[in-house]
Amino acid sequence: MTRVLVGMLVVALGALLIWTMLGLPAPSGRVPALVAAHLNESGVAHDVTAVLLNFRGYDTLLEIGVLLLAVLGVLAVRLAAADTGGTLPPPPGALLRAFTNLVVPLMVLVAGYLLWAGAHRPGGAFQAGAVLAAAGVLLRLSGRLPALLPPRFWLRAGLLLGFAVFLAVALGVTVAGDSLLEYPPAQAGAWITLIEATLTVSIGLILVSLFVGAPAPPGEAGSRGGDA
Amino acid sequence: MSIGLIYAVTGALLFSLGLYGLIVHAHLIRKILAFNIMGSGTFLVLVGLAQRGGEVDPVPQALVLTGIVVAVSATAFALILARRLYAANGRCTLPGEGEA
Repeated sequence: MTRVLVGMLVVALGALLIWTMLGLPAPSGRVPALVAAHLNESGVAHDVTAVLLNFRGYDTLLEIGVLLLAVLGVLAVRLAAADTGGTLPPPPGALLRAFTNLVVPLMVLVAGYLLWAGAHRPGGAFQAGAVLAAAGVLLRLSGRLPALLPPRFWLRAGLLLGFAVFLAVALGVTVAGDSLLEYPPAQAGAWITLIEATLTVSIGLILVSLFVGAPAPPGEAGSRGGDA
Repeated sequence: MSIGLIYAVTGALLFSLGLYGLIVHAHLIRKILAFNIMGSGTFLVLVGLAQRGGEVDPVPQALVLTGIVVAVSATAFALILARRLYAANGRCTLPGEGEA
């Protein structure tokens, strides 16, 4: 009964949304034109990267802040639990081990390429960080990566690095210039490269920690339960 | 109907579908999945509506890229909270909702 009622309400909402979208005026194209007009001041040659790291850099700064909060939450929940011993993934098969050996160096290479490509074509810190994180997950699944917990100093520093550098640059250009994250056009490219490189490291570490940091299911701590 | 509008309409459908799942399913993993479907629908609406004219707007593209990363990390946190809840009392539902 509840399902029917909820279904009817949700269908009505969906119909309302679609009806509203059909009646919207066409996009004016003003914002893309503005981005294109100021692209050469941004320090990068790709419009999405320019928006992410320069024109709307504030969003990206908050985004890495949210990532950091999520991983802190995961670590806090994990550390509050008694099971800090870490669970071992199931013993890897020969195929997974060989595949990991083959693919992880390539993934690091791809991450480096994506980071470099972000300046002038689709790519950038988040894509590169995601590829690094996927490599970390593979290493974890094949038993190469220890549980990482409780986090040592270098892991903590790595998790924080991207946010700290981004925040330091944001504050620096605020003090030197007149508004938050307004890079001087001449050095914008260098600042963005620095921020993106450190973001890549931190995003990769944060995503891997989110994966590795999951608490063990009851009864499986220290046994061969997988971390998910 | 332009391609952008098709994306946006699909996004609205996904959003509604996810909202239905979020409300009717009691199991927390299903709720988290449903919430992610809602989020994907929102991303499609954002990207789709902005490129109805055939021209790609980099601002919503960047916004959605930001949103995807936030959604992934929030989902990981939600999953871990769900597992803690299960470890604590053996249930994967919120208090007041029956087992699905």
